[in-house]
Amino acid sequence: MKTILELKNIYVFYYDNLILEDINLKVYENDFIGIIGPNGGGKTTLLKTILGILKPASGRIYLCEGLNKQNCFGYVPQTSNIDFLYPISVLDVVKTGRLNKNKIFKTYDKNDIDIAFDSLKKMDLLKYQNILFGNLSGGEKQRVLIARALTTNPKILLLDEPTSNVDSKVGYHFYELLSQLNKDITIIMVSHDIGAISQNVKKIACLNRKLVYHDSKEITKEMLEKVYHCPVDLIAHGIPHRVFPEHKEVE
Amino acid sequence: MFEIFQYDFMLNALLACLLASIAFGIIGTYVVVKRIVFISGGIAHSTYGGIGLGYLVGFSPLFGAIGFGILSALFIALLRKFKLHSEDMLIGIMWSLGMALGILFISFTPGYAPNLMSYLFGNILTISFEEIITISILDIIIFIIVIVFYEQFLAITFDEEFAETLGLPVGKLYTLLLVLIALTIVILIKLVGIILVIAMLTIPPSIAVRFSNKLSKMMFLSVMLGIFFTLIGLLISYYFNLVSGATIIVISIIFYLISLLFNKRKLKLNINIEENL
Repeated sequence: MKTILELKNIYVFYYDNLILEDINLKVYENDFIGIIGPNGGGKTTLLKTILGILKPASGRIYLCEGLNKQNCFGYVPQTSNIDFLYPISVLDVVKTGRLNKNKIFKTYDKNDIDIAFDSLKKMDLLKYQNILFGNLSGGEKQRVLIARALTTNPKILLLDEPTSNVDSKVGYHFYELLSQLNKDITIIMVSHDIGAISQNVKKIACLNRKLVYHDSKEITKEMLEKVYHCPVDLIAHGIPHRVFPEHKEVE
Repeated sequence: MFEIFQYDFMLNALLACLLASIAFGIIGTYVVVKRIVFISGGIAHSTYGGIGLGYLVGFSPLFGAIGFGILSALFIALLRKFKLHSEDMLIGIMWSLGMALGILFISFTPGYAPNLMSYLFGNILTISFEEIITISILDIIIFIIVIVFYEQFLAITFDEEFAETLGLPVGKLYTLLLVLIALTIVILIKLVGIILVIAMLTIPPSIAVRFSNKLSKMMFLSVMLGIFFTLIGLLISYYFNLVSGATIIVISIIFYLISLLFNKRKLKLNINIEENL
């Protein structure tokens, strides 16, 4: 398998506080990594460091050859970060993904519009194209932000708490969409909600300042206890949220 | 009723209302959607230092205001760049420093400074033809820059971090936007005065945002509302012999309150869904 992204000994500070300590992570092509951890554990910071929005105090980030920060990542922030009063239609949100530094004096051309419509279609949003972004539900907004990220033609999709405003029924379809995308795109997703990490995730890591990572799909009790610094009881939700080691149900 | 148009000063005032509305409708839209009202207030008050310096040294106070406005815009951009913890507080300090410097400069000026109050509270009836020319030039600058960078400004005001991941020069665009805000504030100083600038920058867009599905439409509506409010306010202040700036603000706020009764956005949503399903 080809390594697409590698983090080596990353340290990140926010003022005097150490947020990320000695993060090492190797991401292979077509991985689907779920990173879980408590609130304030540094999940968003990790994503922003990978994206280059935050600079690490030390450590290095390697991208596979031929890629650079701008053509490689598709960032899907938390929907709650975005002002729902902003007067903008779904199509216009998605189009902004086509802007880049080489297009500073130009506006969108036909190709950009085609790509925007293509992304809308992939995310099943065509019928919403003229609706105000702020009037959509949490799950629909999330899909719009993914569609926007897709217009950059990313190799790696970075999702920040994608299910925090989505109910579980919608969440199920949402993960099916992600699985579809995962055929061509590497996905890294963070969430504080352990149950939200679905069966579609291929690997799970736990983050609370330090990253505990086992190249495998199941969360073990030891991983969680290391991250949450206290004994943790595992409660399985059953399908489709099978992330814990299987244990028999009593009828 | 129309005898007021015989007076040159009244024609100048009407023209100033029209021209200023273009600037503050467009730029106020960004101030409201990006929620940088406090920052704009800081820039507005710091311009007083430039006005005082103009009096002291003997150049046009309006140019002093432009200089101080742009300097404080750059200062705020610098604060953002270094992501300082105390940005809010430092803007507050800049706000008062500008006012304090203005008062000091003016106290150093020999003689009496008669027009001083008009910078604090505005006096649209004393606008000169030269000032109208200055406002027109600022209007044109603002208009051209907003047309060229419309999509980029939209991207950074909608989602700054995402724009950064696209490789857009977010810092530079943001600085440019702050400079445009400073220029708009200078235009507004003559109209409503430093203290009431914020009302004119925020009220028309706050009404427009609830009736708009596009940023450009919000700008257009804000400009139209701005023209309407300033003209109504001007006429009322003329016929009832009131202070023009304060009258314009009170009229705007009355219309803002009326507009709260209409919630057009929800209505629009339902129509759109039916159309699209």
